[in-house]
Amino acid sequence: MKALKTAGYVLALPVLLVLAWWAATLGSVNFFVPTPAALVSKFGQVWFGPRFLSDVLPSIGRLLVGVVAAIAIGVVGGVLIGSVKWLRALLEPTLEFFRAIPPPVLVPVLMLLLGITDSMKVVVIISGCVWPVLLNTIEGVRAVDGVLSDSAHTYGIDGWARVRYLVLPSASPQIMAGVRQSLSLGLILMVISEMFASSSGLGFTIVQFQRSFAIPEMWSGIVVLGLLGVAMSFIFQWAERNILRWYHGQKEVENAA
Amino acid sequence: MSQAAPLAGGPAPIAGRDRRQSRKLPVKQLLGVAGIVGFLATWELIPRLDIIDERYLPPASEVIAALIRDFSLTAFWVSVGETMKAWFLGLIIAVALAVLLGFIIGSSTFLRKATNSTVEFLRPIPSVALIPLAVLLFGVKIESSLMLITYAAFWQVLIQVLYGVADVDMVANNTAKTYGLGAMARIRYVVFPTALPYLMTGVRLAATVALVLAITAELVIGSPGLGREIALAQSGGAISGMYALVLATGLIGVLINVLMRFIEKKTLSWHSSVRSEAIV
Repeated sequence: MKALKTAGYVLALPVLLVLAWWAATLGSVNFFVPTPAALVSKFGQVWFGPRFLSDVLPSIGRLLVGVVAAIAIGVVGGVLIGSVKWLRALLEPTLEFFRAIPPPVLVPVLMLLLGITDSMKVVVIISGCVWPVLLNTIEGVRAVDGVLSDSAHTYGIDGWARVRYLVLPSASPQIMAGVRQSLSLGLILMVISEMFASSSGLGFTIVQFQRSFAIPEMWSGIVVLGLLGVAMSFIFQWAERNILRWYHGQKEVENAA
Repeated sequence: MSQAAPLAGGPAPIAGRDRRQSRKLPVKQLLGVAGIVGFLATWELIPRLDIIDERYLPPASEVIAALIRDFSLTAFWVSVGETMKAWFLGLIIAVALAVLLGFIIGSSTFLRKATNSTVEFLRPIPSVALIPLAVLLFGVKIESSLMLITYAAFWQVLIQVLYGVADVDMVANNTAKTYGLGAMARIRYVVFPTALPYLMTGVRLAATVALVLAITAELVIGSPGLGREIALAQSGGAISGMYALVLATGLIGVLINVLMRFIEKKTLSWHSSVRSEAIV
């Protein structure tokens, strides 16, 4: 009974919305809004063919490479800059400025520097996603508990062991907050880099459909991007729950006390 | 998920502590300036030493000269105005909608449970997915920018308002009820003050996202504003002009950050997270 109730809460509103959509498109032949059935059939036709290999997978590949590289660069750079005081003071204003530049303007800049290539799209994603991770890691490293840091020092824990067992765990909540921001940025940048300058990929295909007024196909592309965003969000939440398990536990204890 | 608000709002108090330190040590500011000067010098040298062709990366001095030239042009300020107009209107619409819906949904357990799956599904949809739709519906008018900005900023604020409304202290709420405060009075004096810090975090995040989307819409769709000018400068070969406009968007980003921090501090001056900095 309880499971039924939960399922009801999860499914009721989406089902109602789809029904409303179906009812609204039932009689009319609106050019801009396809019926649910048309959208589903187009979705299968358009995306589960050769396009899956030629457009969808390369886009996802570039996104993954870009995001993973950005996280790696951000964490390594952040730990370095965060632990050296003068380096942090030296670089922080410049980095804050770079973070404030809206990442999409990098697309025309990098297009100029690197040409329209796959590596340019990956570099666009990296150069947009690296800032939230980098700056949050710096904040996290700087906020390491003083007592813990001194204890570690007293016990002779230095170098790599210090980073592995003290700095990274205590900065990880901040790092994950940065990663979450950069994931959604990465998806945006992947789409824009393909819409602005490309001849393949998800973003390009969707704009192509729109320009040729293939409306149900265009909607199906929007659905693909939406599903991609939802999938990434679920994967992130799962990863965060596992990586920050200790942190959530600690918070619960603190809140209960 | 309720840790999202303090995490997202994390940097704010640290920035405050920072300022106190730096008042004692002007060394920090000097190092910061040195960092900026060093960056500009590196940028100046890379094209001068022909590491990257000057046609693709003009020296910093040239770009800054172009930026200063832009400052005296009416056309530049018109584009800035267009971008800021789209940013402001989109942000206001998103915040108004999100606050209204957030308070309605947040104050009923039934609505919160019933809408949760839909919100979690719609929220991660990247707003750029709506670009083709915006083009079809509105063309290159400001409405396409507004549609993207509002969609992206709305979720940032809504989620924070939902957390904030859920954070209401049951004892405070019950006390207010016992003292005979009506539903409206409780929202005004109990729920609203609790949700305000969350709301301000949401608005600050949304302000940044709104700028990104405003520039994106102008760049990709071609609605009027700085983003379109950048695309035009790039395709027209006005390379130092393009870099100057990129710098200008960065400056706008910094200004928006400073402005939002200031507003957050002013509206939350009564709140312990801001007040405690002044005492300690």
